[in-house]
Formats: sequence, C-alpha cells, structure tokens
Amino acid sequence: MRNLRPVLTVLGVIFVLWYAAAVWLNAPWVRDQAGRAGQAVSLAEIVPATMAQERPVLPAPHQVAAEMWKGFTGQPVTSKRSLVYHGWVTLSATLLGFGIGAGMGILLAIGIVHNRAMDLSVMPWAIASQTIPILAIAPMIIVVLNSLGVTGLLPKAIISAYLSFFPVVVGMVKGLRSPDAMQLDLLRTYGAGPGQTLWKLRLPASVPYLFASLKVAVAASLVGAIVGELPTGAVAGLGARLLSGSYYGQTVQIWAALFTAALLAAALVGLIGGAERLTLRRMGLWR
Amino acid sequence: MIWVLGSMLFWAAAWALNIRLAASRLMRHRAARLAVPAIFGVTILVLWEGLVRGLGVPPVILPPPTAIAAALAGNASLLWADFVQTFVRGALAGYAIGCSAAFATAVLIDRSPFLQRGLLPIGGFMAALPIVGIAPILVMWFGFDWPSKAAVVVVMVFFPVLVNTVAGLAAADPMQRDLMATWSAGYWQALWHLRLPAAMPFVFNGLKIASTLALIGAIVAEFFGSPTVGMGFRISTEVGRLALDMVWAEIAVAAVAGSAFYGLIALIERRVTFWHPSQQGRYGAGRRSPQQGG
Repeated sequence: MRNLRPVLTVLGVIFVLWYAAAVWLNAPWVRDQAGRAGQAVSLAEIVPATMAQERPVLPAPHQVAAEMWKGFTGQPVTSKRSLVYHGWVTLSATLLGFGIGAGMGILLAIGIVHNRAMDLSVMPWAIASQTIPILAIAPMIIVVLNSLGVTGLLPKAIISAYLSFFPVVVGMVKGLRSPDAMQLDLLRTYGAGPGQTLWKLRLPASVPYLFASLKVAVAASLVGAIVGELPTGAVAGLGARLLSGSYYGQTVQIWAALFTAALLAAALVGLIGGAERLTLRRMGLWR
Repeated sequence: MIWVLGSMLFWAAAWALNIRLAASRLMRHRAARLAVPAIFGVTILVLWEGLVRGLGVPPVILPPPTAIAAALAGNASLLWADFVQTFVRGALAGYAIGCSAAFATAVLIDRSPFLQRGLLPIGGFMAALPIVGIAPILVMWFGFDWPSKAAVVVVMVFFPVLVNTVAGLAAADPMQRDLMATWSAGYWQALWHLRLPAAMPFVFNGLKIASTLALIGAIVAEFFGSPTVGMGFRISTEVGRLALDMVWAEIAVAAVAGSAFYGLIALIERRVTFWHPSQQGRYGAGRRSPQQGG
C-alpha cells in the first residue's frame, strides 16, 4: 500500500498527458473541418470538439471507456459486437493453448531432468528457440491447419501452446534441478527411487519456478492467440477486432479491444499470482 | 517407404550415438558438448526430409528441408531486401531508440524514489501486456513504411529495459556505496564508477529480452500494413499463395537473425560484465578469477 500514492500520481500524469496529446493530435482535423466550412474556431471550441470525434487520431480516455462499456453491456454477450464475446473467443484459445503448452512443457522438463542424452540434445535448442521470433510462423500454422480442415479454436491454441511451451520447459528444468546434493543424498539414503525423488522432492522444490514461468507463459499465450486471429480474416476475437478496426479506421474500436486485451492479461497474470501466493503459503515457502 | 524407414533408422542410430556420447568421458571436451545438440538438430532435419518425402506430404502443407534450402538460395536478393527492411530499418532502429530512451528514463528517475515507486509497478504491468496490439494504431500514425515498425519496437522494448535498469541501479550494495561516500564521491561520480557498472548485468538481461521482442514487433507490425517488402509482408503474402517453401526460408532468416542478434548482445555482455559470478567459469577452469589473482 506504500506504493499506492506514487502509482496513482503517475497514472494521473499519464491521463493528463493523454488528454493533452488527444487535443494536440486531433486539433488539425477540427481546424481543417472549420476551415472548409469557412468558420473560425477558438481554442475553447476546439478542445471539446477533439474529444467527440467519430474517428479521432487518438481517442480521449473517456471515449475508450465509453466504447468498452458499450462493448461489455450494450448488447447480449453472444452478439458479434460484444467485447465479452470477442474476449471469450480469445480467452478460450489462450487457455486451451496455455494448458497444452504448460502440460507438455512440464512433461518435457521431467524427461530432460531424468535423461542425460535428452538434456544434452534438447536443452540447447529449447534455450536457442527463445531467441527466435516464433510468432512469425503464426499465419502459416493457421493457413496450413485450415487447408487440413482444422479450423476454429485449435489452430490458435497451437500457436499459444507453442509460445507458452518454452518458458515452462526452461523454468521447470531449473526448478526440478534446484534441490541440492545434500537433499538428493538424503533421499538416496532413504532408498527412494527416481519416481519417489521426483514426487517428494523435485516437484515440490520446483513449484516457485513453475509459477514464475507460468506467469510469463500465460502472457505469451495471450499474445499468441491475438496474433493467431490476424490471418483468419478478422472473424472473431480481440485480434480480429484490432484488424477490422485498422481496416476501417475505427480507432476507438482498436483502443477498446487493446484495453480489453490488457485487462485480460492482467486478470490472467493476477490469477496465477494469486494461486502462487496461496500454494506457496500452504507450502510454507511464501516470504 | 524407403525414405521413411531410412530416416527412422538414421534417427535410431543418431539417438543411440547421443546416448553413448552423453554417458562417455568425452563429455569433458567442449567439442563433444557441442556435437550432441548438433547431431540432434541434424536428426530432426533428416527425419523431416524422410517423412515428408516418404509419406508424400504435399508441399503446401510441409515442404522438405531441401526445398526450403533451394528457396533460400534461389531468392537470396529478395530475402536480403526483406531482411534490410524489417531487421535493419525496423527492428534495429526501434531497438536503439527504445533501449536508450528506457535507459535514460531509468537514470533520470533514479534520483526520485517517489517516481520509482510509481513507475516500477506500472512498468512491470506494461511488460506483461500484449503490446503488439498497438501495432495497428502506430501503423495508422506513422504510415506503412519502416518508421511505424520502429515505433512498435520502441514501445515493446521500453518497459523490460526500464524495469531491469531501475532494478540494476539498486544493485550496488550499501557497503560499496558507503565506500564511495567516504571518498566523498558526488552523485554522478558514484553513478559512473559504481552504480552503472553494478547495474550492467541487469541492463543486459533487459537488453537480451528486448532483442527477441524487437524482431517479433517488427514482423507482427507488418501484418497490419507494409510496403511490398519486409519479412512480415513476405510471410503473409507467400502464405496466401501457399508458397510455403518461401515462408520457411523467411522463417529461417528470422531465426538466424534473431539468434545472431541475441548472441551479439550476449557477447558484449560477457566483455562488459566479466566480473559477474554468472560470467565466471566460462573462461576455463585453468585461469584464476580476478579476485583471487593479485
């Protein structure tokens, strides 16, 4: 709570700057319109006019908020204009992909920790793959799977899974290796097999690492789902809202979709952060 | 069938070789540690080639690696033009501007704990957001050519570098700061001689994260509109024409460019932060670390 006042101050400054930028960027259009109509406009007339344009260069915050409110509550949630509908489309692909990616990542990490040949062969590639712009293959995956007859949720989820896979692998390998030699020796003196060592020592020790990488993975997974919606020709989802907004110059719609995506990301990361706190507290690891 | 069987056999043989290598005493040598992942990579390529040819997978679904190599060789000038447009103009320009702006901001807010406490949570929050989403807005503002791509990259790399630099500037320990104070070093002297060097491992961590984000930002921004050149443009149009060998060639270029960029930053990091524990040990066991020498 110590940080509340500074954060609110900075947010306030951002809002003021945003309004100033909106006036500054949207004013030329107002002047242009007035010039064509042959009227002279004073500053007091320009300022409100910049806040109420149909397609402003930069919409004012309250316009975005109004558009989001309209998107959330203006129509039934099943409507094509509802942000809840589009958000749900993106969220379901994100969650499916995140589940697949995180699950596969944990399994591969367990394999890597138990098999030295696998560790030496796969791990350098898993680390190197983090430096590759994987998102570039998104359009290809969508189109190829489309031509195979796989449409809808799954292609987007595959991109999400791919993006969330590697952070989980790298984090989990680190976590499963985190018990020190003393603890491993202790389990050996108890006569524990590899399975018991995994279940009773390695997995519990890896939980903090798991949550840290899950937070990165879920954010990446959402980006994957949004980008995955771009090449499908703007059918549904927040990415489709962004694309159709950019086609038709609907800036307010773009900003509303952007903020909905931001809310979604914040909610997902916050949810995992909450689960992390609960789990680690019950395990006695939370400081 | 011979392709499938052959590639399977190759895979089994290579895997057996890797298991032998991994368990053998050769692993103490650097060459063997590099050989194992290299063999694995080659195996994947051979398996890919064999399965695609043997099972008759149509090239519009998955082209074999040899076709991709042919596309790479046959369109070298086109790929080079795309690379210059997207990587050199879009990603590198945006990376340089974004990283220096973030670094300057971090140094500027360093003197104000109030601003730090306000900006850090927001910066951390922004770093987790799907910032690529601002690409359509920036394409509208800055036009289709590379400035809009550079702008997307600037926004994407800003927050990771900012958060890491601010954390780094807090990394010098109190004992060292006290030493600076006893030498009556001023704020700027302490910053230059102690706190900036101490921040470098953190700064480079941010720079490495940003290096991968830069290329992603530049490519994805081109999906929202671009001139008729650029890696993102080429990928989306060639996908539309189902010329997947060209798409894979472009992805190969992106992968090489991305890893080379990352590797370059890591190399500079090793030269700058040679004193940091994470960089020790890479110099070989024979050499003593600077602290022990003397």
